[in-house]
Amino acid sequence: MLKFIIKRLGLAILVALTVSFISFILLFLSGDPAAALAGEGATDEDVHAIRALYGFDRPVLVQYAAWLLNAISGDFGESYYFKLPVAGLLAERLSITMLLGLCGISFALLTAVPLGVMAAIRPNSLIDRFALFLSVAGQALPSFWFGLILIVVFAIKLQWLPVSGSGSWQHFIMPTIVLGYYAMPAIMRLTRAGMLEVLSSDYIRTARAKGAPEGVVMFKHALRNAIIPVVSLAAVQIGFMLGGSIVVESIFALHGAGYLAWESISRNDLPTVQALILVFSMFYIVFTFLADVLNAWLDPRMRSS
Amino acid sequence: MKLDILKSSVAAMALTVAGAAYADKASDTLAVGFTKELENVDSYFNSSREGVVMQRAIWDGLIYRDPATNEYIGNLATSWEWIDDVTLELKLREGVTFHNGEAFNADDVVYTVNFVAVEENGVKTQRNVNWMKSADKIDDYTVRINLKAPFPAAIEFLSGPVSMYPNEYYAEVGPSGMGLNPVGTGPYKATSVTPGQHFVLERNENYHDSPKGQPSIGKIDIRTIPDVNTQLAEMFTGTLDLIWQVPSDQAEKLGQMDQFTVVNESTMRIGYLTLDAAGRTGEDNPFTKLKVRQAVAHAIDSQTLIDALLKGKSKVVHSACFPSQFGCEQDVKAYEYDPEKAKALLAEAGYPDGFTVPFYAYRDRDYAEAISSYMNAVGIKTEFNMLKYSALRELRASKGTPVSFQTWGSYSINDTSAITSQFFKFGDLDDSRDAEVRDWLDIADSSTDGEKRKEYYSKALKKIADEAYWVPMFSYNTNYVFGNEVSYTPTPDEVLRFTTMTWN
Repeated sequence: MLKFIIKRLGLAILVALTVSFISFILLFLSGDPAAALAGEGATDEDVHAIRALYGFDRPVLVQYAAWLLNAISGDFGESYYFKLPVAGLLAERLSITMLLGLCGISFALLTAVPLGVMAAIRPNSLIDRFALFLSVAGQALPSFWFGLILIVVFAIKLQWLPVSGSGSWQHFIMPTIVLGYYAMPAIMRLTRAGMLEVLSSDYIRTARAKGAPEGVVMFKHALRNAIIPVVSLAAVQIGFMLGGSIVVESIFALHGAGYLAWESISRNDLPTVQALILVFSMFYIVFTFLADVLNAWLDPRMRSS
Repeated sequence: MKLDILKSSVAAMALTVAGAAYADKASDTLAVGFTKELENVDSYFNSSREGVVMQRAIWDGLIYRDPATNEYIGNLATSWEWIDDVTLELKLREGVTFHNGEAFNADDVVYTVNFVAVEENGVKTQRNVNWMKSADKIDDYTVRINLKAPFPAAIEFLSGPVSMYPNEYYAEVGPSGMGLNPVGTGPYKATSVTPGQHFVLERNENYHDSPKGQPSIGKIDIRTIPDVNTQLAEMFTGTLDLIWQVPSDQAEKLGQMDQFTVVNESTMRIGYLTLDAAGRTGEDNPFTKLKVRQAVAHAIDSQTLIDALLKGKSKVVHSACFPSQFGCEQDVKAYEYDPEKAKALLAEAGYPDGFTVPFYAYRDRDYAEAISSYMNAVGIKTEFNMLKYSALRELRASKGTPVSFQTWGSYSINDTSAITSQFFKFGDLDDSRDAEVRDWLDIADSSTDGEKRKEYYSKALKKIADEAYWVPMFSYNTNYVFGNEVSYTPTPDEVLRFTTMTWN
C-alpha cells in the first residue's frame, strides 16, 4: 500500500510539473506580459521598464527554470500585480474558495444522492419526474443568471440574505446553492442510473429473498455499490468547483482563488497564475486519489486490482 | 513563508467573522463600490483609476489643480518658482503632519523624489516621474527639484500623480508595506486595507488647510464588487451608497427611479482609429495613401455613435487630444460624415471597389463593431479581430496593424504631452512616423514658454488632422449613481473626490 501511495505521489508531482510547464508557455503566447502588467494607460517607457525589471526579455525556458527552482524551495515569489507574497495571497483566497467548494459539494451530495435514490426506487413516479425536472433545470440555468435571480428574490425582495461579500455565514448561503446546484444534476443522474441497475441485479433479489429488511437492502447492498462511480465524479466536481467557481465568486464578490486565477490570467500575473495552477492541479490529483481509496474501501475487489 | 500563510489565514478568518459593515448617513459611513481589484494602494505602484482615487484621498501633492478652473494652487508647497529651465524651487507648508504623526518637511520631499525618480525602484507609471532627476534640500522648508530636461508639464504632474511620502516610514516599510498600511498627509487616512477587496478610510481630523477642502463625511467604506449587476443589487438594498462607471443603459434605467441620483460627466479618455500611414504592415498597405485615410475619416459618423452607444456627455473629437488639455488645438481639419465622398476618395486612391483589411480592437466591442461596419459601408471590408490588450499592444509594437480602434485616458493629465506626444514621437506605437510632427512635439514638450508650446502643439495637431494619421472620434463619459442621501458633483478628470462629497 505504501509503495502504491509513493508511486501515486510521484506521478502526481510529474503531472503537476507538466501542467505548470504547459501553462507557463501558454501564458506567454497570450500577449506581451510586460504590456499586460503595465496596464492600458501605459506608455512605451512603462512597458520597457517592466520588461527589464521582470526579465521578460529572457528566453521563456530560462524564466520557467528560474520559477521552478524558487517554487521547489517553497518560494512562489511576489505577485506582479499586488506586490505581495503569492503564498500569503493564495492562503487568503484559497480559504474562501475551499469553504465555498466544500459547502457546494456537500449541498450537491446531500440533495442529489437522496433524490437519485428515491427516483430509482420509484421510477416514473412524481418524485422521479421532479428529480428529472430539477436536473434539467440545473444543467440549463447559467449560474450567473441563477445567482442574480436568487439575489433579486432573497436579498432585494425578501431581504433575508446579504447580496455579496463574505462577512458572515449568511453570505455563503446563496453562493453555495448556485455552485452546488451546478454539480447536482450529474451526481443525481448517476446515482439514479446506478441504483436502477443495482436494484435489478441478482444479489439484491437474493438479499430480498433471504428476508433482509428493505433498509438494509437499499443502503447496505444497493447504495454501497451504486455510489462508487458517484464518488469518482464528486472528486472531479470538487476540483472543478475550486477552479471553476469564477462566476459565483464574481457575482457574490467573494474574492476567492477562482476569481483570482481568472483575473491574474488576464493581468499576466505569472507568479500568481503559476502557483494557482500548481495548487489546483494538486487538488485534482489529491481528490482523485482520495476517491480511489474510498472506492477501494467500498468495493474490496478494487483493492486487489 | 509558513508564517505568511498563517498570518494571511488568520486575517482571512478574522475578515470572515468580522461581520458586515454598516453604511449610511446615521453612522456617517459612505459605502462605495469599486469594480476592479486595486493592485497596491501605494500610489506609485498601481496604474488604475481606483488607485488615483485612493491617492487623492490618502496623500497630497505639492501643488493642487482646481478641477473646475484648472488653476494651480499650493498644497504641500505654498509657492514655487523656476530657477532655470531644469530647476524648480518650492517653499513648503509648515505645521503639516502625516497620519502617523511624522512631521512633513523638506526631507520627505527629497526622499520621495529621489526614490521615485530612480527607474530601478520600479515605479509603475514611469511617465509620471521620469522627468525628475533628483531633489535637494535648501532648508527645512525649501526644496529644489532638478529635472532631466526642460519639462513644462512639471507643474501639472506635481499637482497630480506625484504624492509626498513620509521619508522615515517609507524607508522602513517600502512599497509593499505602504500598500498594506498607507501613510500620507491627505484628507483621509486608511484604517483598514485588505488588498484588492476592502478599504476603509477615516477622516483626518488634523487635515491642514488644503485647497482640496476639509472632508465632510467621516468614514468611507470601499468594497470591490466586480459584477455591475451585483453592485446595483447592493444599491437597491441600501448597502452601497455610490457606484461609478455604470454602463449607460443601466444608468438610464436607474435615473428613472426616485431613489437614485445619476450624474453623467465626461472623462479625458478619447476613442480613435490609428492608421498605418508609415507602412509598417507593408509598403503597399492602402493606409499609406492620404486619400484612403481621409476616406476612413469621412466614413464614420461619430455623432451617431455617441447618440446610440456612448450617450451622456460624450462629444465628437476632431483633434488628437482631449479638448481641455493644455495645447490641445481644436481648430483642425474636421472630416464630416460623408460616405459618398469616402467612396470617391477611395476610387481616386485607386480602390474603386474598396479592399479588405484586418481591423483590430481590444475593448468596447459594441463600439468597435459599429465603427468597422461604417468602414464596410464604404467598401473597406474589415476582418474583425478582438484581442486582449496585451496581445494587441505586442502586435502593434512589433509588426504594426493596418487599422485599430484605440482609446487613451491621458492618466487625467491636463496637458497635450500626455497624449499626442506619447504616440507621435517614433515610439513603439507610432503608426505615422512623421519626423516633422515629432520635431514640433519635441519643441512643445520642452519649452517653458506657454505660447510657444501652444504654437508647436497646434502645428503638430493640424498636420496630424490634415494627414489623417488618426481618426479621433469621441470622448468617453462616466455615470455616477448615488443614493438620495449623498450629494456629489463629479469632475471631468474622472477622479472620485471623497473630500467634496456630503450628506444631504
